[in-house]
Amino acid sequence: MAGGGRRRRRLHLSRIYSYTCGKSSFQEDHSNIGGPGFSRVVYCNEPDSPAAERRNYAGNYVRSTKYTVASFFPKSLFEQFRRVANFYFLVTGMLSLTDFSPYGAVSALLPLALVITVTMVKDGIEDWHRKQQDIEVNNRKVKVHDGDGIFRRDEWRNLRVGDVVRVEKDEFFPADLLLLSSSYEDSICYVETMNLDGETNLKVKQGLDATSSLLNEDSDFKEFRGVVRCEDPNVNLYMFVGSLELGEERFPLSIQQILLRDSKLRNTEYVYGAVVFTGHDTKVIQNSTDPPSKRSRIERKMDKIIYLMFGLIVLMSFVGSIIFGVETRQDKLKNGRTERWYLKPDDATIFFDPERAPVAAIYHFFTAVMLYGYFIPISLYVSIEMVKVLQSVFINRDIHMYYEETDKPAQARTSNLNEELGMVDTILSDKTGTLTCNSMEFIKCSIAGTAYGRGITEVERAMAVRSGGSPLVDEDLDVVVDKSGPKVKGFNFEDERVMNGNWVKQPQAAVLQKFFRLLAVCHTAIPETDEETGNVSYEAESPDEAAFVVAARELGFEFFNRTQNEISFRELDLVTGENVERVYKLLNVLEFNSSRKRMSVIVRDDYGKLLLLSKGADNVMFERLAKNGRQFEAKTQEHVNQYADAGLRTLILAYREVDENEYIGFNKNFNEAKSSVNEDREALIDEITDKMERDLILLGATAVEDKLQNGVPECIDKLAQAGIKIWVLTGDKMETAINIGFASSLLRQEMKQIIINLETPHIKSLEKSGIKDEIELASRESVVKQIEEGRALLAASGASSEAFALIIDGKSLTYALEDEIKKTFLDLATGCASVICCRSSPKQKALVTRLVKSGTGKTTLAIGDGANDVGMLQEADIGVGISGVEGMQAVMSSDIAIAQFRYLERLLLVHGHWCYSRISSMICYFFYKNITFGVTVFLYEAYTSFSAQPAYNDWFLSLFNVFFSSLPVIALGVFDQDVSARFCYKEGVQNILFSWKRIIGWMFNGFISALAIFFLCKESLKHQLFDPNGKTAGWEVLGGTMYTCIVWVVNLQMALSISYFTWIQHIVIWGSIALWYIFLMIYGAMSPSFSTDAYMVFLEALAPAPSYWLTTLFVMIFALIPYFIYKSVQMRFFPVYHQMIQWIRYEGHSNDPEFVEMVRQRSIRPTTVGYTARRAASVRREDRFYDQFHNDLVAF
Amino acid sequence: MPSNRASSSAAAAAGSADSSTSRRNSKRPKYSKFTQQELPACKPILTPGWVILTFLVVSVIFIPLGVVSLFASQDVVEIVDRYDNDCIPAPARANKVAYIQGAADKTCNRTIVVPKKMKQPIYVYYELENFYQNHRRYVKSRSDAQLRSVKDENQIDACKPEDDVNGKPIVPCGLIAWSLFNDTYVLSKNNQTLNVSKKGIAWKSDREHKFGKNVFPKNFQMGNITGGGKLIPDVPLSEQEDLIVWMRTAALPTFRKLYGKIETDLQENDTIHVILKNNYNTYSFDGKKKLVLSTTSWLGGKNDFLGIAYLTVGGICFFLALAFTIMYLVKPRRLGDPTYLSWNRVPGGGR
Repeated sequence: MAGGGRRRRRLHLSRIYSYTCGKSSFQEDHSNIGGPGFSRVVYCNEPDSPAAERRNYAGNYVRSTKYTVASFFPKSLFEQFRRVANFYFLVTGMLSLTDFSPYGAVSALLPLALVITVTMVKDGIEDWHRKQQDIEVNNRKVKVHDGDGIFRRDEWRNLRVGDVVRVEKDEFFPADLLLLSSSYEDSICYVETMNLDGETNLKVKQGLDATSSLLNEDSDFKEFRGVVRCEDPNVNLYMFVGSLELGEERFPLSIQQILLRDSKLRNTEYVYGAVVFTGHDTKVIQNSTDPPSKRSRIERKMDKIIYLMFGLIVLMSFVGSIIFGVETRQDKLKNGRTERWYLKPDDATIFFDPERAPVAAIYHFFTAVMLYGYFIPISLYVSIEMVKVLQSVFINRDIHMYYEETDKPAQARTSNLNEELGMVDTILSDKTGTLTCNSMEFIKCSIAGTAYGRGITEVERAMAVRSGGSPLVDEDLDVVVDKSGPKVKGFNFEDERVMNGNWVKQPQAAVLQKFFRLLAVCHTAIPETDEETGNVSYEAESPDEAAFVVAARELGFEFFNRTQNEISFRELDLVTGENVERVYKLLNVLEFNSSRKRMSVIVRDDYGKLLLLSKGADNVMFERLAKNGRQFEAKTQEHVNQYADAGLRTLILAYREVDENEYIGFNKNFNEAKSSVNEDREALIDEITDKMERDLILLGATAVEDKLQNGVPECIDKLAQAGIKIWVLTGDKMETAINIGFASSLLRQEMKQIIINLETPHIKSLEKSGIKDEIELASRESVVKQIEEGRALLAASGASSEAFALIIDGKSLTYALEDEIKKTFLDLATGCASVICCRSSPKQKALVTRLVKSGTGKTTLAIGDGANDVGMLQEADIGVGISGVEGMQAVMSSDIAIAQFRYLERLLLVHGHWCYSRISSMICYFFYKNITFGVTVFLYEAYTSFSAQPAYNDWFLSLFNVFFSSLPVIALGVFDQDVSARFCYKEGVQNILFSWKRIIGWMFNGFISALAIFFLCKESLKHQLFDPNGKTAGWEVLGGTMYTCIVWVVNLQMALSISYFTWIQHIVIWGSIALWYIFLMIYGAMSPSFSTDAYMVFLEALAPAPSYWLTTLFVMIFALIPYFIYKSVQMRFFPVYHQMIQWIRYEGHSNDPEFVEMVRQRSIRPTTVGYTARRAASVRREDRFYDQFHNDLVAF
Repeated sequence: MPSNRASSSAAAAAGSADSSTSRRNSKRPKYSKFTQQELPACKPILTPGWVILTFLVVSVIFIPLGVVSLFASQDVVEIVDRYDNDCIPAPARANKVAYIQGAADKTCNRTIVVPKKMKQPIYVYYELENFYQNHRRYVKSRSDAQLRSVKDENQIDACKPEDDVNGKPIVPCGLIAWSLFNDTYVLSKNNQTLNVSKKGIAWKSDREHKFGKNVFPKNFQMGNITGGGKLIPDVPLSEQEDLIVWMRTAALPTFRKLYGKIETDLQENDTIHVILKNNYNTYSFDGKKKLVLSTTSWLGGKNDFLGIAYLTVGGICFFLALAFTIMYLVKPRRLGDPTYLSWNRVPGGGR
């Protein structure tokens, strides 16, 4: 949750608070009511009235399924045939019903039907799961007014617009409701909107006085009538325009009175509400759009291959048709004779008519296009989909990516992008909640000039190493992985001087008391008391605020109750030494916002004294201190600086006593300002509060640690070793960001930092003057200049291994992302080892992501956890959501959700790489086998004067893709493993395994195999006396032999190229071959009317003939020899990276240190970030690194 | 792939499930070797040992197989006599087609000398060249149903244009049957006729299941143009093996078909006299015709190809085994040249 999200969140709350006291008047929007866009009329409590029925609004049934029973077939079929290959097969299937067809219609349509059915079943099952969810949701019960003041339980789906419902504590709202009244007197209620916007804090809603005074219990609804006129359904979650008519009176309604579906009632016993929007009209459903569908790079490339194949098919058909046309024309009747009289060309149909040879040739073209369809693997799409689903299952089931603490396994929300995970070039990471835990821990404080708290932060640890720590300490850093968290969440403070009530003995005990009281009172958190244990927990708008109340509680100042105008807490009475309850009257909350950088409360304590309690950022707070309040200023300042250095978030705490008269004046002005509606309302409020928050007395400072997640430095290090670049995009301050950068090893000391910001005196002075254009101009110039300087630095460093880090703030980023500048900015950024963008807004995050994506053309991965990362997640090629504490928004818009940043390592380097290498091998192999098959068909056709006679029986043709060759490929796609990818991830980034070179290589291999199979079979059956009984080999014997060879060759080829042989591989590979023989026997044994020309071919002709077996053996070995030689030579003399690692794994490390050394040399791509790099820099002299690396390499 | 509009309500469902279920219902994935992708596996890698061994094994298997196959092929005695040209009287050679279509007597006498002793059975084949029995129009032009049983004799759709005569179905219909080969050979040795048996020259399955015992030729070759040979009207198709052999279409445009069997041995230098009727028209498409007498071995007829191929590949594999051995010995490994790693070579390229 970097800045953007936080700011927005605060704004909600401030809006809520400002509304609680102000009376909203009819604003401009309300005049639209009744007009277009604002036509909705709701008759509250009389949904059955004729007027309401005329409106005929949709019911509350929500359907999230893609299909209904009726639309399933047409719609899903349409989806299927939108794919170009499937459409092609549909067209050929249709054509196979005509005379064009070279083969029987059934055998052409059946595989297509099979493939389509499998996909449809898969779709259907997925939709069925959605249906189940729908049923669950729609059948939830809620209490509905049934007339006469009686409420009965009814299902959600039966709700109608105008119904009055009663929602109990912790229930979800079944529709968008108008809040009529609640269990609280002033008809407020608390709602949790996590499902809507991912924000975990509670929000306050308040009903109108007009309704809440009327309606207090069930029976009050007997006579209640009201008419709501409001806007039509829309997507805006934060806006509602409408009015309520009660009798003659009209009251304006705002979002403040609307309870949105899918949010939850909290801290409130019950509410009454009238249904305004139902079902698909509700704001949350209107808001849910389909996530942008992302397609992986490989799939896009695969489409290109398919087009290439189309091209090839058309070319071949074209050539074939021309030859066919020429040969057919030669059959023309000459002198009353024809050449090939046995074809009776003088009495031919149009397909073979020599008189109309050109037409025949064109017809032949279509036939040939159908025949060569075997070049395109019909089962490709469905196989890939099945493989990807299984890969996703592996990701979901991976025990190494399961996070015990939150009970969250990894979740691949889409399986489209599995292989893309293996190609990531740049990671764009959010900071808070992603790199860090987003659990703020109160770790230190400075009170009355004394620093308390003995904890050591992660950053301090890292810094200790940074400032010349020995490598030994560095080793320790690795071990810190298993930090057992603090016993109390949010509290990691240890100091015997103040804990367990010992603070009383401190010299400045009174200040300490004030300090802790302030912590317990000055906030907007809401306590929740567990009724059984009596323990209090807090709902706070931000984790740091929660940390404060928790800290106060742990130190003995337990805040336990809040009402609209009271705050109660228990504390130790200094006199009696007992716990006493104190109740402070809460008078005003002066809200936080980003310009004020502070928040205050005005309270009246139990002695009647008026107090202003304030906390805020150091720069705004120090200047507001009273002359007599600066006693500890110097000391505190010093501590605050230390804390900031240690990567902690600091706040200054101060207070003052307020004079009664002053307060009355202030309160009047403040309320006026709040209820004013003009433009400068905010400014007015700021001005009034500014006057109040002065002359403060300093108490001290707090320091809260935003903890790095477990294993983050290690993970970053490994990703860096794999050659992945990591950018951090955060909303935090530059200093904090840099500190975290150091802690996570993204920065190190010898790196040159290029800092781009607009904090120059010149610009600051301009800003004071406030001339917008000038500021902009000067800023732009400054940014351009700084970027150019940075590039010059980079260029100057040239080949030296110096590493640079770029740190840029949000303001500069605005200019750097402008069209003319962004190119140079990207140049600079890609030249740097680390990039940190601080103070960046959600929009900027998305823009940076887009810039990297489109600018480098490489795969980007964005990772984040908050609503402010959504843009970035959707923009990136892959969005990874952290399913952490910040709610569901990021997860909902992500492609893959994991629980911790460190799982990224396994996700990318193991799953990603495997998926990538599997899918690319799989696609290559698919085309290999189909080219092998298709080319034999083509070659044979050349020997039939291109009459489009297939070489094989119809069923052989159609089942090739489905039965005899597809399972091994699927097994390859699911199970193959090469090596752990830590050292060869770059193969994916540069797409080496799916380069055109490799694809064409495999196609060429297929071509070679086909040539070998066809010509060898043809030659060995040349004279066709193939059996000892003098029988000759006909068409079916040649076809059967060739087909056998193909089945053997493609399956053995698979066995040869697989690098991970489990029993599954054995079963599918040998099984596919066995299946072919079994099929041949069974099919051949069927009655000849069904098996036609395959009748008894195997048992009678092929099997008894030794020459058949000898031919098969010879062809299959021969066809594989070229690949085998290539592979042996390449593996030994030109190994690709993963092969080298296979070598080492195979050979161990002992027998050839020289080779290991060579691989090591190659693998050390100079990693410039990560602690390895840091260690490398410091230990290089000692030459220890080599051993370390070696161990790493052997250990995986 | 999943989610879409469902997302929000799905989230709601998940949310409620979260709160209602206790920690005991952990989502921890169950451990299994399968889901964790830790199945025991063999990870083959092409080490020099395996490479050399593989090549050696291939050559060790292939070379003997090659030798045996070659011997088998060498054992076969084959006599090929091309007669298409010689059997046309010299004056008619200017227009062979006119001759073959004419009414003149087509008898032709050939003499064959047996080069080596031929053991019975000796198979008699005719060989045609440049005859596209595998042309799609030709292959499809038959009716299997009609051949199988009498009651289907009207299934002649596929047979056009040789389907019926004056509305009466032709049995067997179609171009294949219509163009039945009709050269005949009468072989004699020392003026003694050699019996050429036609029993069992067709596949058993064809005789018994594809050609009906009660299907008799009907209206065959009665159309305005006569194609090839005629059938004996009162013999069922299943016994007319010439037809059955012919109807099994050849795979390639050059093919042999079995004509008959001689069940006596022939001695070296025996002179065989052949009286053949040169009826079949291959002249219009320049097809050669040959008469072939051949014995068989366990491998079939005379075809050195397999033997030579086995020997060659076996030899090559042996050579490769040697070559790899030498390569591995002389040049164990290319050391320390990181430049050819593609990402070092083409910075940012390779896409």
